[in-house]
Amino acid sequence: MKRVTRRTILAAAPAALTLAAIPVRAQKKNGPGVTDTEIKVGNTGPYSGPASSYSPVPKSIVAWCKMVNDQGGVNGRKINLLSYDDAYTPPKTVEQIRKLVEQDEVLCTVGTLGTPTNSAIWQYMNQKKVPQLFVATGATKWDDPKGHPWTIGWQPNYQSEGRIYATYVMKEKPNGKIGVLYQNDDFGKDYLKGLKDGLGDKKSMIAVEASYETTDPTVDSQVVDMKAKGIDVFVNTAIPKFAAQAIRKAAEIEWKPLHVLSSIGASVGATLKPAGFENCKGLISDFYLKDPSDPQWKDDAGFKEWTAFMDKYLPDGDKLDAGYVAGACLAAMGVQVLKQCGNELTRENVMKQAANIHDFTVPMLLPGIKVNTSPTDFAPVKQVQMGRFAGERWELFGELLTGAVT
Amino acid sequence: MELLLHQVMAGLATGGIYACMALAVVMIFQAIDHLNFAQGEMAMFSTFIAWQVMQWGQPYWVAFVAAVVLSFVGGVLIERVLFRPIHNAPVLSSLVAFIALFSILNSAAGYLWDYTIKTFPTPFGHKPLLAGLADTHEAGMIGVTLGLLGLLYLFFRGTRLGLAMRAAAANPESARLVGIRVGWMTALGWGMAASIGAVAGMLIAPVVFLEPNMMLGVLLYGFAGAVLGGLTSPGGAVLGGFAVGVIENVAGTFIPYVGRELKLTIALILIVAVLMVRPSGLFGRSVVSRV
Amino acid sequence: MSPPTDDIAAKESVPFVAAAGAAAPAEARPGAATGWLAGRHLLIAAAIVLAALVPFIFKSFVTFQLTQVMVYALAILGLNLLTGYNGQFSLGHSAFYGIGAYTAAILMHHWELNYVLTVLAAGGVCFVVGVLFGLPALRLQGLYLALATFALAIALPQILKFGPLEHWTGGVQGIAIDKPDPPFDLPIDADQWLYYFTLGVLLLLFLGARNLAHSRTGRAIMAIRDHPIAAAAMGVNSALYKTLTFGVSALYTGIAGALGAIVVQYVAPDSFSFLLSVSFLVGLIIGGIGSIPGCLIGGLFVLYVPNIAEDISRGLAGAIYGIILLIVIFVMPSGAAGFVRLARGWLAGYRRPRPAAHSTLRQQRRTP
Repeated sequence: MKRVTRRTILAAAPAALTLAAIPVRAQKKNGPGVTDTEIKVGNTGPYSGPASSYSPVPKSIVAWCKMVNDQGGVNGRKINLLSYDDAYTPPKTVEQIRKLVEQDEVLCTVGTLGTPTNSAIWQYMNQKKVPQLFVATGATKWDDPKGHPWTIGWQPNYQSEGRIYATYVMKEKPNGKIGVLYQNDDFGKDYLKGLKDGLGDKKSMIAVEASYETTDPTVDSQVVDMKAKGIDVFVNTAIPKFAAQAIRKAAEIEWKPLHVLSSIGASVGATLKPAGFENCKGLISDFYLKDPSDPQWKDDAGFKEWTAFMDKYLPDGDKLDAGYVAGACLAAMGVQVLKQCGNELTRENVMKQAANIHDFTVPMLLPGIKVNTSPTDFAPVKQVQMGRFAGERWELFGELLTGAVT
Repeated sequence: MELLLHQVMAGLATGGIYACMALAVVMIFQAIDHLNFAQGEMAMFSTFIAWQVMQWGQPYWVAFVAAVVLSFVGGVLIERVLFRPIHNAPVLSSLVAFIALFSILNSAAGYLWDYTIKTFPTPFGHKPLLAGLADTHEAGMIGVTLGLLGLLYLFFRGTRLGLAMRAAAANPESARLVGIRVGWMTALGWGMAASIGAVAGMLIAPVVFLEPNMMLGVLLYGFAGAVLGGLTSPGGAVLGGFAVGVIENVAGTFIPYVGRELKLTIALILIVAVLMVRPSGLFGRSVVSRV
Repeated sequence: MSPPTDDIAAKESVPFVAAAGAAAPAEARPGAATGWLAGRHLLIAAAIVLAALVPFIFKSFVTFQLTQVMVYALAILGLNLLTGYNGQFSLGHSAFYGIGAYTAAILMHHWELNYVLTVLAAGGVCFVVGVLFGLPALRLQGLYLALATFALAIALPQILKFGPLEHWTGGVQGIAIDKPDPPFDLPIDADQWLYYFTLGVLLLLFLGARNLAHSRTGRAIMAIRDHPIAAAAMGVNSALYKTLTFGVSALYTGIAGALGAIVVQYVAPDSFSFLLSVSFLVGLIIGGIGSIPGCLIGGLFVLYVPNIAEDISRGLAGAIYGIILLIVIFVMPSGAAGFVRLARGWLAGYRRPRPAAHSTLRQQRRTP
């Protein structure tokens, strides 16, 4: 046996160090909420109250995690997603998030919904250094790696979509008179700003800015007003109910402007069918998600995967509701981040991996749209594609576009 | 001028919705002496019942009648089960019961029928009238509302039952003394109000699309219209509803700069201003209490 | 007519007060045992001591929740002064709460004013707004007044979102505020300090309300609620008191709003919608109209019951909430305070007259 002298130890040292250095991944590190069998993750959303129509988003996130668990979980652990109701009121969101972070001690949050609600917890999450992953809102402010390194958005933001509409309108109808219908809150105003920024010097093309509140019964009078003022380009950024009303009224009063819908109001089943397919010919919109009611995705693998998920885990869910699609995408992205963490499930690593997604595909994103993030790019999904409605389905055209807003 | 005409017409069209709701609100107020905050949700729930019946394959009129009848029964049950036990409590306690009812119906509707909008058919069709300023359904809605108004007027003024109901609401103690079954009058009033609400819902849904949150705004506007017209006057309520629709549209379009975003605020301020001049509403009778 | 001394006033106001049943029962029976009074004071002292220990027993998050409970209790107390004690029905207190919150937020954000001063400023602003609103409201009663206050509740979010004011109000994006640090380098964290600060303000304002209720002004206010014509006949200046009550009520709720903004660290227009007014009303009724301690029960209810409903069924959270409301109102038709009164009565061996049947708000109906 060799005697263990200083020389042998010194000789052995580099080897030992190398051995110690290699499998940093294999070294288990459990952050808050993580055990060898479970990962606790948090979420808040409007299960009750006037915004409860968005409840499909958190519901589908919960269901997707259940599916992942049934398929074996992530890194050998089951995901325990705690989802709480905030009724879309910021004070309640603050309370529920504090409960998740301080009482339940979750690793991170995924898909918290709403702009004012997420704004309320923005400072807190960044102060407490808890990853606020993939917030379910299109506000522009979430892409801020320097100022808020613990918060990351997910969908193409509303301002960038507004810019895309501006570019399209300037190309198709450079001398048009624009009328904008927008919801009088953060998302509506963001669309309007994006549109104005995109038009730049030609901002004066906008002749009518008509807002509505969600408590308004109809937007018929706004539509009538636009026709009376000679508007020939109608940018309709309303949610499905009001978008459908506007489409139907426009047809009724025989007004045929260049009608641009936002992605929010473009669902075949939730907006166009109630408005009447015959009234929707020629509608333009932008997309990043596959519309489950659009027959062109019938044989698409991603769509089939999502349908199977809905049939098994949310059989009562209305497949026409885009909220179930958004939630599934959010959850899939969250699961990917956890997977990328391997065995090092700490908050720091979660955020590091969230800023490190490369060309990840999600079943219900449009073909060609990939998720990409980097330490300076906190906008996971940036691309959209335009489409024209041809009578019973959307015909996508052109290339993938980005609205490029920082 | 033409723009003004357009907006007035559009306002009358939306006002028709508010008038319908305002009528239901005043009707129940006359029957039970309370403002029913859950009126809108009851109407919405009844409309969903009608929709469900149609989903099961029945024609429109079967669904219509089913909804009206079931709503009547529902209204009576609500009165007997929910409000009877607390009718001796402070009046504000019944407010809590209304809020509870609102919450339950809204949540249940969302749970049972989800939140995507649904089309609801109308027997009047959607053909445009008056060069697109109104359509056949809106005209039909106004017609039905006025018709209901007429029927109610005849019922309350011309029938013994109507008189008994008014007596029971106005002065329960005296009514009992002359032999009126006050409890059942109140229940009847609830049933009728629920049925009228169902009709209102089934008239409104074709315009706004059926979904669980469709009635909150309508109820608030209807309430404003009812108060403007005077809570003691069904005719006034209907006029008030129309007025609210027109005021809101005209204010929104013509008051420069602020009108656009503060439409609802301005409309309400105007209504309050009217109330300053006529504190019991335009057509309401002032309350005279004996000291 | 020379003003009666306080003793005689107490006796003469018995019919009003007993009919309301709202104010401290000891008042209604001038000969009541002082032993009972002392017992009550002991109870209050014990409660305060317990409250002071809370931040050291519970986690930071629970301290935060209880601070919010106190904020809501204060807001409900404001509503109580107007609706419970003075009989003016208000659906608009979310507006005063919001004005208070935004006053604090704007002052802290744009002018970096000290948070204590912002709370005071919020109270002042709301008092003025309340009085200004109360003046024209004098002409309205019952449901007509309700509509006017409702207009206020609807107007506020719209005004807050209004374009030209966006520079001050932050528009739809709202304003985020920093949490104040404990002063004098006390060895507690910011949450605990806020708890004590709120507790201090609460106790102060509760004491103020109690003194008001037991004073001649308070009796005048209640007299206006119960028998407005008789009160006027007795020389009570109805217009003055009603307007002042509006102002004080708005002041209380405005201070609550400012505290709420500081606790949550964020204000946004849609947090202050009409539905918040409804929550305050529910809290008021559940706690017991006209009861000051009842406001705490109301605050607890408003904060915790939606959480309980959610635990039972997330999909039907709203329905469960409604069912809980119904059960509570069936068991305690006059609110928690009424229930406690009844319970005390049974314990004492007889039933006290039920105050509910003579509530004035009911009397505003048509006479043929």
